[in-house]
Amino acid sequence: MSTVILLLVTGLGLGALYFLVASGLSLIYGLMHVLNFAHGVFLTIGAFLGWEVGRRVSDGTWGGLLLSMLVGVVVGAIVAALTEYLLIRRLYERHIEQVLVTVGLALAGVALMEGIWGTDPIYTAKPAWLTETTEILGARIPNDRFLLIGIAVLVLLGIVLFLRGTRYGLIIRAGVENRHMVTALGIDVRRSFTLVFAIGGAAAGLGGVLASVYYGYVSAHLGSSLLIFAFIVTVIGGLGSLAGAAIASVLVAVLQQFANFYLGGTGDLAVVLALAAVLLIRPSGLMGKAAA
Amino acid sequence: MSEPILAVSGLHARIAGQQVVEDVSFTVPSSGVTALLGRNGVGKTSTIKAVLGLIDRTGDVRLAGDRVDRLPTHRIVQRGVGYVPEDREVFAGLTVAENLRLAERDAEPRRELVERLFPDLVQRKAQRAGTLSGGQQQMVSLARALLNDNRVLLVDEPTKGLAPKIVGEVAEALEAVADTVPILLVEQNLHVVRQLATDVVVLSGGRVVHTGGAAEFLDDDDLVHRLLGVHGDHAESDASEGAPAPEASATTDTTTEEGRA
Amino acid sequence: MTTTNRRRIAWIAGSAAIIVLAAILPLLAIEIPGVFPGPTYTPGTLQLLAYAMLIAALALSYRLLFGLAGMLSFGHALFFAAGAYGLGVVLEWFAPSELPSEVVFIGAILITLVFGIVLSLTVGSLALRVGGISFAMVTLAFAQAGSVLIRRNPGGATGGEEGLALDITHVPEGFIGVMNTRNLYWFALGVLVFVYLVVLWVERSRAGHVAAAGRENELRVRVLGVRPYPVKLLVFTVAGALAAVAGMGYLLLQSGAAPRVATADFTLTLLVIVVLGGVGYRWGAIIGGLIYTLLDQRLTALAGSEAIAALPDVLRIPLSEPLFILGTLFILVVMFLPGGIAGIPQRLRTHRRSTALESKETVDA
Ligand SMILES: Nc1ncnc2c1ncn2[C@@H]1O[C@H](COP(=O)(O)OP(=O)(O)OP(=O)(O)O)[C@@H](O)[C@H]1O
Ligand SMILES: [Mg+2]
Repeated sequence: MSTVILLLVTGLGLGALYFLVASGLSLIYGLMHVLNFAHGVFLTIGAFLGWEVGRRVSDGTWGGLLLSMLVGVVVGAIVAALTEYLLIRRLYERHIEQVLVTVGLALAGVALMEGIWGTDPIYTAKPAWLTETTEILGARIPNDRFLLIGIAVLVLLGIVLFLRGTRYGLIIRAGVENRHMVTALGIDVRRSFTLVFAIGGAAAGLGGVLASVYYGYVSAHLGSSLLIFAFIVTVIGGLGSLAGAAIASVLVAVLQQFANFYLGGTGDLAVVLALAAVLLIRPSGLMGKAAA
Repeated sequence: MSEPILAVSGLHARIAGQQVVEDVSFTVPSSGVTALLGRNGVGKTSTIKAVLGLIDRTGDVRLAGDRVDRLPTHRIVQRGVGYVPEDREVFAGLTVAENLRLAERDAEPRRELVERLFPDLVQRKAQRAGTLSGGQQQMVSLARALLNDNRVLLVDEPTKGLAPKIVGEVAEALEAVADTVPILLVEQNLHVVRQLATDVVVLSGGRVVHTGGAAEFLDDDDLVHRLLGVHGDHAESDASEGAPAPEASATTDTTTEEGRA
Repeated sequence: MTTTNRRRIAWIAGSAAIIVLAAILPLLAIEIPGVFPGPTYTPGTLQLLAYAMLIAALALSYRLLFGLAGMLSFGHALFFAAGAYGLGVVLEWFAPSELPSEVVFIGAILITLVFGIVLSLTVGSLALRVGGISFAMVTLAFAQAGSVLIRRNPGGATGGEEGLALDITHVPEGFIGVMNTRNLYWFALGVLVFVYLVVLWVERSRAGHVAAAGRENELRVRVLGVRPYPVKLLVFTVAGALAAVAGMGYLLLQSGAAPRVATADFTLTLLVIVVLGGVGYRWGAIIGGLIYTLLDQRLTALAGSEAIAALPDVLRIPLSEPLFILGTLFILVVMFLPGGIAGIPQRLRTHRRSTALESKETVDA
């Protein structure tokens, strides 16, 4: 029983990370039909700069961590918005080229960060409480899982409030459904493209800082490895669906944890098989639009 | 008559590499309803989309004398063009109220007008547009265009697939607003055309093959039959319901028209 | 008639000349400082050129998928890895065998080829049930599964992170050792020519025309009464099999296989190569493969040079990362040079002519 609970909560924690990456990917794809390979770069740069600032001000304390998260959010948002504004926008409506540019940016970005921070992981310090465990129904659960879950829930709530409660949110929701009709109502939908990139980048940057808490290190490849799973999550959840991304994040991460523990470390394979199965049974994903 | 509100000349457009609008020229007068007619697939919808810049196009399009063919869609619309697309295109996941709120461009949108014309929608404000009936969705779509003070409306088959009673309601609503704003109307139902239209523009194979007054056109049974493949509205009452012309005859028709041109 | 004939003869003569030139390269002592690490007869240069040719062959097979048929696959590395690891594993299995070495070697190649074909047929038949970006994701997922499997080192077969060393028991002697790099070079050239001919054959076939038409407009293909699925599957399978062939060449050339060649990043590299070279052109994939590999190698050498080490950090760090330079170059090509490198002559020509007459749309078939 205690093992099941540990696996569940750890899965939720990992799912929280996936969600922070997948939410932006899904919104960006839903609105702009761009599969953003550069999303991992937003995460990694957020993690590195967050760590650099946090450790200088107050290493291994709550204050330092909060500052890191703030920096991660801001850096992720800025880098993402610049990416949209300087690169993606110029290739308006040319989706293949847009994807190719994000691929190039991913390659160049990771290489640049390797050049700056080296290829080896850099171990990070965190507040003492996060290194301890809490016992729930006999399971000793690392406390950082709670932090991840809590923040992912807050981010989910924040994005939902934004989408439901503001005019830009309304435009984005409508645009995900039918972008052309939004322009035909006299709305410059491109402005919301930058915004969606910024939101996705902010979530990814925050995810980067949290990933460094979860794994205990920062590295130039932090983003790339999470990105593949985030892609899978996005597709399983249904491209463009925030709720789908949230549900699929949890499903994928929990499945991964259980398969790793009970089926001899086959978590990654189980996820891949789940993706193939979902796509073949329901090509639009769990909560995707019917049309491709 | 004064300057036309919309003047299109030499308009060309392609979809997926295929020429769907070829050298189309026509004008929409500054008052009344101009009906854009033609058989299925002749390019009526494409013409409207090309005017709005929703598909790639070349040519000269003027709104009240100003060229708009280089502008992106949202700028054209902001200059006072209301668009009611074919198949309504409401945002299915958004509520009725959200659909309408999204469409509001003016500082003082005309909510009372819309509520008076479509009282049904008032009660359904919180309902998701996707769960509405076809007629109600059409009302949302019309309401989105009527909320703003437009200089011209482009309305694409507003009665398509609707029950006869609803067709009447939609036509009445359009008749009511036609007094205040000129309309370019694509419509297969010739009763509705007769009720509303002052002028007609007829397309075939992506080209204009006839322009003129609505009444004279509709009274010329032979011409109507030849260009639209149906008999005039007084001859056959429901010829326009759903499936107008057999596809096969459309090509022969095009060639005769081209021979004439 | 005569002009097309003459053009064809010129084309064949030109191709033959290039192949002959490539073939006698190991006998010459051409030195291009900054491009080759040494004279063309030295093993180091031959090794690099052979590797570049295999990458070019692989890129050609990827172009068949992406450029001809418009299928954006993120899993092509899987089939390359299947060739490399497949041949390596089969050779290891048969190492104790008493059969003549030639039989084992040829047999192992055939077995691996069949494995590559079956694998791409399986993955293709599943992935092609969905379209567009979902297709890309399914291929990515399968490749990721392959990559994970290889790193897991099941039964010690793949060597995990360390990679797989070639078991040379039954490998012909002419393919072993630095002294024989020349033979491997010729072998790689043979692989490239073979892959090119197969790609040419597929593109000129009816299936190739249907696949190309489907890239532009799937609807039109359906209207013609052709079901796109079997044609796409055929192209997918051929591309996968050719990738496996290139993978086998890679195993022999490198005397082993590294898990890197199964990763999604490796497929992305192929995408970069094909686009860099020019998606619309067959030889764009070859040019792209050669230039990319040489650049990658030379930039790595440059990164370690003293000239770079002396630079201030803002210049030194970016310049010492080959992938940074290549990624940036790639972005620039996508944004400003849509036809890729192979498209440059065409662009110059139409540029010059564009004032005279409207450029007629040339669609690469
Ligand atoms: N997305 C598309 N892809 C390919 N061809 C298209 C597409 N949309 C329209 N077409 C073609 O363009 C031509 C004109 O279509 P359009 O919708 O403008 O005609 P229409 O007159 O509005 O027809 P209808 O009466 O059916 O509404 C048709 O032959 C159609 O087949
Ligand atoms: Mg239409």
